[in-house]
Amino acid sequence: MSPRPGFVLDVDSSTPPTLFWHGERFSLETLPEGSRVIYAPEPIDPLRDPQAAIRHALTHPEGDRDPLPALLFSGMKLTIAFDDISLPLPPMERPDIRQLVIEQVLDLAAEAGVDDVELIVALALHRRMTEPELRHALGDRIYDAFAPNGLLTQHDAEDPDNLVFLGATDQGEEVEINKRGAESDLLVYVNINLVAMDGGHKSVATGLASYRSLRHHHNPETMRRSKSFMDQHKSELHSSNWRMGRLIRDAGVKVFQIESTLNNDTFPGAFHFLQKREWEWKAKDRLGFVAAAAALDRVPARHARKIFHSVRAPHRMTSVQAGEVEAVHALTTAHVWEQQGVVVEGQTDILTMGLPYISPYNVNSILNPILVACLGLGYFFNLYRGKPLVREGGVLIMTHPTPWEFNPVHHPSYIDFFEEVLSETTDPTVISERYEEGFATDPWYIHLYRTGHAYHGVHPFYMWYWCAHALQHLGAVIIVGGDAKAVHRLGFRAASTLADALEMARDVVGTSPTLTHLHAPPILMADVQ
Amino acid sequence: MTRVRDALAGRRFFITGATGFLGTALVERILRSIPDSQVVLLIRPGRRASPMQRATKEILKNDCFDRLRQELGDGFDAAMADRVSAVPGDVATDGLGLDDDGLAAMSRCDVVVHSAASVSFDSPLDAAVEVNLLGPSRVAAAFVAARTLAESDGRTGPVHYIPVSTAYVAGTHQGEAREELLDANPFTVEVDWRHEVSAARRQRGDSEAESRQPARLVEFHRSAREELGGAGLHLLAERAERLREDWVKKQMVAIGQARAQSLGWPDAYPYTKALGERALVAQFGDTVPITIIRPSIIESALAEPRPGWIRGFRMAEPIIISYARGLLREFPGVPEGITDVIPVDLVVAAIIAVAGEALDHIGSDDPADAYAGPSVYHVASGVRNPFRYGRLVELVTAWFQEHPLYDQDGQPIVVPEWSFPGRGRVQRQLSRASAAMSLAERVVGSLPIRGKRAEWMAALEEQHLLADRALGYVELYGAYTETEALYRVDRLLALWDRMDDDDRTAFCLDPGVIDWATYVREIHLPSIIEHARVRTAPGKSITTNRADRARKNILSPDRHVAAFDLENTLIASNVVDSYAWLASRHLPPVERAAFVADLVAEAPSLLALDRRDRGDFLRSFYRRYEGAPVARLHDDGWDLFHHLLLAKSFPAGIARVRAHQALGHRTILITGALDFVVEPFRPLFDEIVCASLGVEDGKFTGRLEQLPPIGEARALVLADYAESEGLRLEESMAYADSASDLPMLQAVGFPVAVNPEAKLAAIARRRGWHVETWHKADGGSQPLLPLGPVDRRGAARRGRTSPAARAGEARRLAAEAGR
Repeated sequence: MSPRPGFVLDVDSSTPPTLFWHGERFSLETLPEGSRVIYAPEPIDPLRDPQAAIRHALTHPEGDRDPLPALLFSGMKLTIAFDDISLPLPPMERPDIRQLVIEQVLDLAAEAGVDDVELIVALALHRRMTEPELRHALGDRIYDAFAPNGLLTQHDAEDPDNLVFLGATDQGEEVEINKRGAESDLLVYVNINLVAMDGGHKSVATGLASYRSLRHHHNPETMRRSKSFMDQHKSELHSSNWRMGRLIRDAGVKVFQIESTLNNDTFPGAFHFLQKREWEWKAKDRLGFVAAAAALDRVPARHARKIFHSVRAPHRMTSVQAGEVEAVHALTTAHVWEQQGVVVEGQTDILTMGLPYISPYNVNSILNPILVACLGLGYFFNLYRGKPLVREGGVLIMTHPTPWEFNPVHHPSYIDFFEEVLSETTDPTVISERYEEGFATDPWYIHLYRTGHAYHGVHPFYMWYWCAHALQHLGAVIIVGGDAKAVHRLGFRAASTLADALEMARDVVGTSPTLTHLHAPPILMADVQ
Repeated sequence: MTRVRDALAGRRFFITGATGFLGTALVERILRSIPDSQVVLLIRPGRRASPMQRATKEILKNDCFDRLRQELGDGFDAAMADRVSAVPGDVATDGLGLDDDGLAAMSRCDVVVHSAASVSFDSPLDAAVEVNLLGPSRVAAAFVAARTLAESDGRTGPVHYIPVSTAYVAGTHQGEAREELLDANPFTVEVDWRHEVSAARRQRGDSEAESRQPARLVEFHRSAREELGGAGLHLLAERAERLREDWVKKQMVAIGQARAQSLGWPDAYPYTKALGERALVAQFGDTVPITIIRPSIIESALAEPRPGWIRGFRMAEPIIISYARGLLREFPGVPEGITDVIPVDLVVAAIIAVAGEALDHIGSDDPADAYAGPSVYHVASGVRNPFRYGRLVELVTAWFQEHPLYDQDGQPIVVPEWSFPGRGRVQRQLSRASAAMSLAERVVGSLPIRGKRAEWMAALEEQHLLADRALGYVELYGAYTETEALYRVDRLLALWDRMDDDDRTAFCLDPGVIDWATYVREIHLPSIIEHARVRTAPGKSITTNRADRARKNILSPDRHVAAFDLENTLIASNVVDSYAWLASRHLPPVERAAFVADLVAEAPSLLALDRRDRGDFLRSFYRRYEGAPVARLHDDGWDLFHHLLLAKSFPAGIARVRAHQALGHRTILITGALDFVVEPFRPLFDEIVCASLGVEDGKFTGRLEQLPPIGEARALVLADYAESEGLRLEESMAYADSASDLPMLQAVGFPVAVNPEAKLAAIARRRGWHVETWHKADGGSQPLLPLGPVDRRGAARRGRTSPAARAGEARRLAAEAGR
């Protein structure tokens, strides 16, 4: 039986309550009759033999690129860059796709007698990965072969000695990327395309860039003109990255892009009910829900978080393609759509969403209030093509506990951003003009970014800019069950129950609003007609 | 013009005790209500301020003068300069310590009012004797000398002397007390005041000698150490000496109380006052025209200079506030008993009226006006306008039910119902509370607590202090509320009758005018509540505002250096944690478990050693690094920082260091931690002073290269740094968490106690130091034990599921569960 496509349910009196994520917990909510619930397509069938598929992709490249073996020669300088801990979500069961792909690239390189090989984590301004995280992504064999010899490095956007300036685009966007990557005879980029935003020219132009480069597209204006940033063709974020990517290509950097897509088989055994439609829950799913909900309610949030962060997703590879960046990415995007696309008729007055415990920036960490905002208004809000799911001036209701908590190791500048910046203003433009440079050039944040596992000082700004489009579009944002102080600091409104939130929303959108619930994760992309 | 005003216009008054409650009101009233009058004030010279500076600061700037200041407008300062002068002197010294100029100034005065007294209930006996017993006679002797000096110049000199005594010299026994000299009072025991004086002085010597007994000195030192911990020799010595002085004082208070009670007085105050009256009359009754004023309990002003004016915390206030705070549940007294309270302005008016009449009579031909020897006026309300204790309680209770005080959390405090218990019961109740609190303090004080809980502990100590004080008040004033004596005011009322209407308006002294309900509800209680600075509204607390102000002061661009301690000031971690993390980092699981078990077992003795002597502790603990490879620890130091120290850091603390940096302040870290542990903090500080270990052949020797910067050494390091950089410590901040950091904290102008442990919390509270409570970020990983990450390669080699490893894991879990 082939997997069923995505589905929009019209809620009627016989519809069972709908599952809402609530951080490390979840709840069942009864939605008003006439509401719609959007479900992702079921996981599509994975590749039967991923190893063979990878081999095939490397030897049968897309676009204007020779097969990989033809590009490898003795005495060459080869650099393999790969996506960091932010992908995929949750981290996948071993072996990670990056390991599978890189092992084959290294085998080919060895066959060709390539000695000078370096691996670089394409961090951009993300935190450095820890040893266990790297071992998980690459496998022990690669890690032990490269790390002890200093051949596995993490891109350092603040190391002037290892950055190279390649020029500026016709729009004046400066392109400065990792020197080793730029000066290699071949730069192989290994990606995992979880959502449509990832990959393409963005891999190198963002993943291996410096602040000097990133600021040209990571800013409120660009984000407001990206409708949405999940839709490459209507995204200024992507236009900018594409201009930069072409400049990189024209500067002579030879990129061999390897992209892969995953199915949305997101949660393993005990949590399987999370990706099933409620009315189809079997006794086992109900039991799973009751047991999980009861257990999670009884443990402190800290332990619940630990449990969830130890979840490894049973994601399976659905496609892999390699070769020239743009040709590869067109295929990749189609595969992402195949798994995630759901056709939705028309916009809604109120969009509800349950926010889970994880976002790209808090793997093995806590979803702090800024990341809560970013996950809801940045990521989930933008999971559309065409028009936003919610109409202009509509209301977004999210459920998440939003505690006033931060990880001081991973998110030190977030703490100060929350205390010092958001306490003054929540306007992305004002924030960028008044505060960005100070945080971006702060020596202490740079110190923590370079030597530890901290996101760069400017990173919380980017999270806030990610929300810029939604902030401009929405009439109100309500967080159900959130810490009121933290929610107010974000400039949002706090409600204790969904019913209260709906009451508050009616003040904004009128007394008989339409309501749509985004039933994610598993991730879906709404094609709003 | 009126008679009193006429008689006093243009006259000059010599006043002692002008900085006191009654004295201030008297000076103000004379200057405001008597045209062209002048005052000469006897003021104890301060260490820094001249008598006139003191007079300006402590008297003229008091809000008592707001009214006069307003009336005179811009002319106030000039008028005061013209009419007020101050001479140095002290009533506790023979001859008042007057110099020639002082005596000359006194000789140009017309009236002498002696209102200086030692009124506090816990005056040491000898001090009370010097001031209360000998004071009136010393002033009289100076009066005579001044008069002689004036006469030698052909002037008149002072003509009338008004010493202020207390109604309670008549005792607190049942029955009526008349306005007559004590010799006529059958209820007092005859004792020779000269013997009492010499006995009191001798007892001071004895107590001083006793306090210097070796056993006592050891005890003082032990107490100082208990209070301050390892704060360094100098501070401990200073504290021990203070404790000794306090002990002597306490002895002298107890001796005074005992002696007074043995003679039938409630305490040393009325006893010394009574003997003072006798000594005065015996020595000067024939040569100096004397009128003694005996007020009862003086309280806030009824009308002059404004309703409710009060100075200092008087007798009833601490009791009322303690009650309103719910601390004192009851105060002894009988409901039908009379509380003899008199507003200060009535006493002032009586003094002025007495002075006016005396001067008016001088030169009078009427034989009835001739001076007939020393006389007495009571200024009391009990007979003329009795105020029942039960009524007072009713009014106070009702008022606080309507206007409750608020506790720290902004919750109103409900005042208890009053049950009119006997004094013994209240004393027992309070003693019990006080004892329970001191037990709680001792227990909590010996626990390694810090931060909010330690502040709570300091609050407990403050409550204890309040309870103790309330107990003191009950002991002292209980006798007064149980007083059944009635102080007759026939002479006062006769004086009132002799005054004309204008004088009566200007100098109202009739206790009959007081409406007690209005006085309590609208005048007295609002006034003392304002004075007591208690929370009278829910919402933002006063302390928050104070903290904001302090923070603003600290974060001023004018400051120079910000010095920081590390452990428990910027990070919730210590040298043992760091060692455990570093040492366990490369251990396989089995050995890790054993290692943890050992360290946990050792913890109490390590803690004890640390408390006893930080230096010894560090020296002995750092021995454990002996033989450790230097290069590896320098590498591991970074991982320690990013995985443990940063996770356990106080983000607000780090933000504070950065705020100082941003303001251009120098930042300096002074810590006993090791160099390779603190290295990653370097970007935060201009200077890091820390411990470092000796190195031989690439391995640590385990011996410190030099004394670690702890205790007094920190203050020295900081002082050296400031001096070498040309910066001033008065303009600097120090942040620390423990009493052992006192030398450093005291060295700077802006000390900040961060998450203070109990001892420091108490000290900070007493000294009004700014306190910061900084928390770890809640969202970080919070390992229960400070262990390095498992070395997976090692684990893989050894087989992670061996039975021994499982046993180790079980032990670790058991240890966690037990926490």
